[in-house]
Amino acid sequence: MKLQDEDRYDEMFWPDGTVRPAYAEFLDWYNKQDPAWLRKKDKEAERVFRRSGITFNVYSENAAEERLIPFDMVPRIITAREWRRLTRGIEQRVRALNAFLQDLYHRQEIVRSGRLPVEMLQSNEAFLPQMVGFIPPGGVYTHIVGIDLVRTGPDEFMVLEDNARTPSGVSYMLENRETMMAMFPDLFTHIPVQPVSNYPRLLARSLDACAPDCAAPQPTIAVLTPGIFNSAYFEHAFLADQMGAELVEASDLRVIDGRVAMRCTTGYQPVDVLYRRVDDDYLDPLTFNRDSVLGVAGIMDVYRADRITIANAPGTGIADDKALYSYMPDIVEFYTGEQPILKNVPTWRCREEESLRYVLDNLAELVVKEVHGSGGYGMLIGPAASRKELERFRQKLRANPGNYIAQPTLALSTVPIFTRAGLAPRHVDLRPFVLVSPEGIEITPGGLTRVALKNGSLVVNSSQGGGTKDSWVLED
Amino acid sequence: MLGRAANGVYWMSRYLERAENTARLLNVGLRISVTRGADSTQDDEWRSVLVTTGQDLAYRGLHDDYESLQAFNFILRDRTNPSSVLSMIESARTNARMVRNSITSEVWESTNECWMQLSELLTRPVREHNMGDVLAVIRQLTTQVRGAIEGTMLRNEVFNFSRIGTFIERADNTARILDIKYYVLLPSLAWVGSHVDNAQWDTLLRSVAGDRAYRWLNKGTMDAKGIAQFLILDGKFPRSLIFAYNKIMSNMSGLAREYGHEAPSHELVRNRCARLHQANIDQIFESGLHEFLQNFISDTVEIGNAISADFKFVE
Repeated sequence: MKLQDEDRYDEMFWPDGTVRPAYAEFLDWYNKQDPAWLRKKDKEAERVFRRSGITFNVYSENAAEERLIPFDMVPRIITAREWRRLTRGIEQRVRALNAFLQDLYHRQEIVRSGRLPVEMLQSNEAFLPQMVGFIPPGGVYTHIVGIDLVRTGPDEFMVLEDNARTPSGVSYMLENRETMMAMFPDLFTHIPVQPVSNYPRLLARSLDACAPDCAAPQPTIAVLTPGIFNSAYFEHAFLADQMGAELVEASDLRVIDGRVAMRCTTGYQPVDVLYRRVDDDYLDPLTFNRDSVLGVAGIMDVYRADRITIANAPGTGIADDKALYSYMPDIVEFYTGEQPILKNVPTWRCREEESLRYVLDNLAELVVKEVHGSGGYGMLIGPAASRKELERFRQKLRANPGNYIAQPTLALSTVPIFTRAGLAPRHVDLRPFVLVSPEGIEITPGGLTRVALKNGSLVVNSSQGGGTKDSWVLED
Repeated sequence: MLGRAANGVYWMSRYLERAENTARLLNVGLRISVTRGADSTQDDEWRSVLVTTGQDLAYRGLHDDYESLQAFNFILRDRTNPSSVLSMIESARTNARMVRNSITSEVWESTNECWMQLSELLTRPVREHNMGDVLAVIRQLTTQVRGAIEGTMLRNEVFNFSRIGTFIERADNTARILDIKYYVLLPSLAWVGSHVDNAQWDTLLRSVAGDRAYRWLNKGTMDAKGIAQFLILDGKFPRSLIFAYNKIMSNMSGLAREYGHEAPSHELVRNRCARLHQANIDQIFESGLHEFLQNFISDTVEIGNAISADFKFVE
């Protein structure tokens, strides 16, 4: 689908075609470069990514294939002023999320107060009874959060979704910056950009700070990956490497003497903090999915005895639920006593009769998403859908309304990408990465900008043809 | 270090070594087939390469004859053949990817690059006129990986496991190559010392890149005992059996120093290494070269298994 040009907000250019202040210096630099040289650099970037194996795995019917996430070399630029406002909003939201999760697994005050219907929990598979009454080491539920933001105007950033389970993409934030600095060092000597390279160190520090009491003075951190065939394997290896942590698979771990220990060449050694990149379901075959070969038998018992920290805590995935998302403004207000700084995208819950009727009547204008879906799968973009698709979705909605929410089709902001013909606007979103520890909340300036590479497309997911950009927050 | 990572580094190195040795054997096969003349009916060179590398059975399941180009491509690039050079480079790369945090980024990138370039180069079957070029590229790429290991890795447990993998594989491969000469290529004792015999010794030396060194040391005389002595017991030649065992021994000592104690397999290596040092070539020929090599090959397997168990490579 294509939005009318006057509807969309372009982050680089004013409607009259002149450049906005944030991008002035970049554009000045860009205009001085030889286009042929830029095209050559563009090609080089791909080779660099492939050579260092910055790939994600895609599974088709025939074979696993390692693909690159296309990288666009025009940065996405955010001013220091814009960023300050965003960080206040993000911090407030993440504080509320952690308070909400703690409440959810204890007294459920928010349900008692009538602000959240109890069905939101009862029917939710991401709610883990095993977590009831238990406080994770350090009192932190979501050690790492990714908040997906979209922009629709000068000061209008909205939260599209919360990723509290296992947000991914941070390695691209870091590698994109490295690549840009290697390709265009002179850009960074002219334009003051806030660095992102601290992230792995801060991540290690926050995980350290959440270590259980029994941990060694220098806690042992391990990153748990499903293995080299997982689509995000590169990121798992990258983060472990950058933190100086071990990269482990389930087959390396077992419970010994009440601790989770990893099989080393000289014997089993206890793990203090496990940054797991496997879903709750696969964590412990004794507790959850019995067929899981990705998990560690008995780890939940060790966890509940405070002998290991699991990040993020099991059961946090409930906060990613898209129906629950629609209650976030209430949740923020309930736990912080403040008005939410960041807006939600208006959301119709199809489980509510009146909303369902509205959604069915206006399907062609709406975006419909599955409540538990992710990665851009199983969604309908009304304005882009054919009559047949709309009809098929109408039936799905009627059959199982509780499984869906709907949102207006947003005029996502655009940032230009580099093409052979020059700069061309494309829709973007932004995922800043947030670290939570007992010492406080850290937000790395910038995040991952995803960009829909197809002209007019609104889908930025890498699994569906999206690319990424380096995201800059300017110094004051 | 994780046992699984030690296993990965060990196998990465084994696959690289085996791929390189297989490429060397292909070079020998190629050389024989171009030097023996068009009228010869002997097609033993490809069969012997297939038998040496344990691929003959799989090959015969697919093909009826040992036609040069067909055998060459099977050994070089057949993806259904897990022992093809391409499959082994892929296995080396998969292991490297699994342990990429234990190796330096230069080692990972050179291994990845090796795999990327070979996959691209071998997308289509190799034609007669570029068989030699392809082998040269493989030698170059694997040499780069070795250079990256040598030049960038810390001399710690990771390096020692990598080297142990290299030398266990090399010991095995050299022993197999030598054995094949005696057991397969020269079925009749009457041929010993014949023209054919000498030509075969020459190609055998080439396959382990030892032809020039041997001639230099022996002033050009080719004889079975001299060559066997060279490949088994010459501690100066980097592809000899004794050289490989000496290296395994020194890497085991490196591990013992780092860990503060010797693993049980250390004693086994010491014992087998000492046995090799006591051997002399006359005795070996007297009691049978083939039996000696078979014993050596199973000793090497035993050492590999013992090390794998001691250092918890697998659960």
